[in-house]
Amino acid sequence: MLSSIRAILLLFVFSFLVVPVKSQMVAEENKLCIECHTSQSFTIHNDWTGMDETRLMNPFYILDTVRFVDGVHGAFQCIDCHSYEYETYPHNGELKLEPLMTCIDCHGGDDTYASYQFDRVEEEFEKSIHRELLGDQFTCSKCHDQHYYTPTARTSSSVKEIVEYSNNMCLSCHDNMIKYQLVSDKEKPQLVQIHDWLPNQELHFNRVRCIECHTVVQDSLMVSHNILPKEKATKNCVECHSSNSMLQASLYKYQNLRLRSGNAENDSVSSGEVYSGSFQFLSMNNIFSNQYYVIGASRIPLLNTIFVLIFVFTVAGIVTHAIFRFLKK
Amino acid sequence: MSAEGKLYLYPLWLRIWHGMNALCIIILIVTGLSMHYSTSILFKFESAVAVHNISGVVLTIFYVLFLAGNLVTENGKFYQIKTKGLKNRMQQQIKYYVSGMFKGETSPYPVTATRKFNPLQKYSYIGVMYIFVPLVIITGFALLFPETIIEDVYQVSGVMLTAIFHSIVGFFIMIFLFVHLYVASIGKSPVSNYKSMVTGWHS
Repeated sequence: MLSSIRAILLLFVFSFLVVPVKSQMVAEENKLCIECHTSQSFTIHNDWTGMDETRLMNPFYILDTVRFVDGVHGAFQCIDCHSYEYETYPHNGELKLEPLMTCIDCHGGDDTYASYQFDRVEEEFEKSIHRELLGDQFTCSKCHDQHYYTPTARTSSSVKEIVEYSNNMCLSCHDNMIKYQLVSDKEKPQLVQIHDWLPNQELHFNRVRCIECHTVVQDSLMVSHNILPKEKATKNCVECHSSNSMLQASLYKYQNLRLRSGNAENDSVSSGEVYSGSFQFLSMNNIFSNQYYVIGASRIPLLNTIFVLIFVFTVAGIVTHAIFRFLKK
Repeated sequence: MSAEGKLYLYPLWLRIWHGMNALCIIILIVTGLSMHYSTSILFKFESAVAVHNISGVVLTIFYVLFLAGNLVTENGKFYQIKTKGLKNRMQQQIKYYVSGMFKGETSPYPVTATRKFNPLQKYSYIGVMYIFVPLVIITGFALLFPETIIEDVYQVSGVMLTAIFHSIVGFFIMIFLFVHLYVASIGKSPVSNYKSMVTGWHS
């Protein structure tokens, strides 16, 4: 009996120890690759000199394993995407030119991740300015790093985190000359100057995503992928700052955010569907369960009704009093 | 100071403050409504934001002038609270406005050199100028620099709570303005009080 209890207790303690360790583990098959590709240097036999030489690793080939295992492909083997010939060391130099897979190569028609609507994402991307200007050069990985990508818009319960993650994808090129020059000969855009017209620029940069204004909003798609030419980006404040705010069909539609607001239990809207009426609070209780405020969009019908009633009674009182004054003159 | 039964009650600094305060508050109401309802009531949304911010800052500067003026001049004494018999005085004034004035009764608290406001005026002005306006200024500046506002208050956006509070206080200032403008028409003639605020002389 005592040994059974001890076994159960051990199992209980062990379960806590195993779970976090597992989530931080790189697949066993990747260990050999990781050994070099997490180091700052590597050793190679130089056939010309006949000596073993230690050289610095190209920083772009050093993998952050913590971010990798946390990413959507963290459980993958390296050769799931890279050529199996990489198992030979030293690697064949020509392998660097191997075409890497895009999202749609694996996820096209993928029923397992049907809710991600990869094919629709592809359709939208095909219309985007990135595609128009850069053609096949512009692949999914330019924004979505396959090694580290996490679907933050689906999983995060923080608007700020979703915004930061999304904007960093844009800024990784548009505010980084090293990557920007891979696809453009132009000078790096001066983001702050270009957006000078935007009131409270820093607040906008921190609280909304670039794609809010720079894409055609598709409320039935988790994230709009049709990036517009800069001339077509919206500059109309009331598209967001109104009761019919566009943000309801973009940033504030996610059910994960809604779950946090505590309303999801009473609602059957599935992930990715529109969370319409984010800014319309039906009861006082809901006021205190919502974390977003957008000027012109955040309205409380109950408070508005009270305001109208007070205003009407005040005006009625003034008019009545004035009539009596006139009659008794 | 008096001339031909007139009292010089409103010195120049007070009239300048009053005029600027009125102008700023009217602009703030109009632009505030434009932003809240995203409608173009005289101003487009984007202009409304800029004009609202500028007017708020100007209002604050003149509010400081008002406070300073009340500290260094005699005007401050008109805002001193006297709780003794307050309820009775208020009731008398309300009774006059509701029925007495229609029966031809005289005002229970007529304007004199030492009593510029009747009890209702005095305490509504104290409420607006020493409670509502400071609150709307503080919340307004907090919204102008939203990074100074607590991010979450029990999982509710601090900015949202501040904005709601700002709107409520702003709304009551608007209601005050309507009532104030109407009550100002109750004088020797319907326009005499408005003229007083331009000339400084109460008749």
